[in-house]
Amino acid sequence: MSRVLEVENLRVTFPGVNGSRFAAVDGVSFALSRGETLALVGESGCGKSLTSLSLLRLVPEPGRIEPESRIRLGETDVLSLRGEALRDIRGRRIGMIFQDPMTSLDPVFRVGDQIAEGIRAHFPVSKREARDRSVALLREVGIPDPVARAQSYPHQLSGGMRQRVMIAIALAAEPEILIADEPTTALDVTVQAQILEVLDQLRSQRGMAVLLITHDLGIVAGRADRVAVMYAGEIVEEAPTARLFAQPSHPYTQGLFASIPRLSGPIERLNPIPGTVPPAAAWPSGCRFRPRCPYAFEPCVRDPALLPAGPDHRARCWLIESEK
Amino acid sequence: MGLTDFIRQLLAAVWRRPAGRVGLSTLGIVLIAALAAPPFLPDPAAQPDIVEQASLPPGAGHPFGTDQLSRDILARVAWGGRISLAVAGLAVVLSATIGAGVGLVAGYLGGLVDTALMRLVDAALAIPRLFILLLLLVVWERIPLPALILILGTTGWFGTSRLVRGEVLRLRHEPFVTGAEALGARRTRVMFRHLFPNTLGPLLVAATLGVGEVILLEAGLSFLGLGIQPPTPSWGGMILDAKPVLITAPWTGLFPGLAIVVTVLAVNLVGDALAGAVNPRES
Repeated sequence: MSRVLEVENLRVTFPGVNGSRFAAVDGVSFALSRGETLALVGESGCGKSLTSLSLLRLVPEPGRIEPESRIRLGETDVLSLRGEALRDIRGRRIGMIFQDPMTSLDPVFRVGDQIAEGIRAHFPVSKREARDRSVALLREVGIPDPVARAQSYPHQLSGGMRQRVMIAIALAAEPEILIADEPTTALDVTVQAQILEVLDQLRSQRGMAVLLITHDLGIVAGRADRVAVMYAGEIVEEAPTARLFAQPSHPYTQGLFASIPRLSGPIERLNPIPGTVPPAAAWPSGCRFRPRCPYAFEPCVRDPALLPAGPDHRARCWLIESEK
Repeated sequence: MGLTDFIRQLLAAVWRRPAGRVGLSTLGIVLIAALAAPPFLPDPAAQPDIVEQASLPPGAGHPFGTDQLSRDILARVAWGGRISLAVAGLAVVLSATIGAGVGLVAGYLGGLVDTALMRLVDAALAIPRLFILLLLLVVWERIPLPALILILGTTGWFGTSRLVRGEVLRLRHEPFVTGAEALGARRTRVMFRHLFPNTLGPLLVAATLGVGEVILLEAGLSFLGLGIQPPTPSWGGMILDAKPVLITAPWTGLFPGLAIVVTVLAVNLVGDALAGAVNPRES
């Protein structure tokens, strides 16, 4: 498989008290191949959205991507791009779908025009041609009567329809990579499945790579090829989806699974992970999950590396080493 | 909503409010009177008979009476309205444009550009507008109309730029703006196609209230002899002419005064209703 995206040692920092900076994303590395779906899973504030915004260099001020980070998009070094070259990446090579379809569409424009805008930002086509392509895109994402719908304003569409429009916009310039940042969080469960289905179809038809960002392990199963679990700015475990679900190695991942209610088996109390994610400025030294970890032991005061935990499976936990 | 839909909806929302309805209809009457009436009225500069027809009280032939130069006051009020409204309208369009442009650039680009522009606006706002105007107009005697509009327009945008900047700061990190950026939209496009239309509501409110302000300013300046120059009729100038005869022929000052009050009141009623319509907490 050909790699389309490689992220190495990504660090995004924000200014903290008295001039110091703290890292909200701290040394994240992953790679994405053509036609593959990688799920980035984690709680709010773990840095998963910042990671995705970094890929487009849209980290909000006063955030900063540290110079030791590397983001390679095919042959392109994303972090060295300036001006027009950067604009050529956005939308054209990496498309992005945002979490909230209610606020992610401009309320004052017809949705057809918003899709056409994405097309005309990157291709020298006439307005008419762009309009025809927008309608085709709307059809492709499963919107009934696309010619009429292209004339609608966002407020005239339902949440699911709007999310489909968002997907059409992200696809407008035919990107190689699609980032879906919590694409279904704001939607009803039934609509969620439909949207994920559309994403999956488009991925296989167009051979796109998809970076699916979510806090919901439930939507990961069956959709993603691989899963990377993030906690406190780091990837704590990475494995093929089936492997991760069968054999989660990091106590945090295990905790995530334990806190999901099960439909089958004996009725048990849910086991939530105790405590909350500490804020980015106050992440503990050593293993960042240590204060909440039921298995914490002496080595955990040192920073664990991502250790191999099986075939194509790595976890950031000292337990793996001690078990060998 | 598209732009035309947006404006239509806004007008409908203004019309739904009692104050807005009164304001809009009054303003409509004033506008029609100012725009349509002059051809049917006597020449406002004509002085048919300075001895026999000077300072006639309101009556048949001269509904608003005549002034001491025997000119028909109704004709002069209508003409003056035409000029006052045109001056105010154009000046406000000018200041809203500059204000919106500066606000958009400052709010969207941020950083040094923002700091520089906003400190400049702070400095400009520290000097009273009337003072700047008086200074300019005293230096520039017998100012031509286009120059007066230019001066009124370029001194009225400071507050507007702050308002638009504030709106832009609010919208700056809305997902649809980040979305446009993620799509590879150019900065000018984000500013003028996405941010600007979303600031139109407050901008229109400010502009409407600005029209009232400029009518008053212009009337005040003309009253001081600094604004619109005779023989061009203007409401402020007519009150100035009426000053020596206010006791013997009060109608010479009464009607232009009423015109100012009614017009400014109507404009402000519309502005208030517009503010209410734009504010989601009220509508």
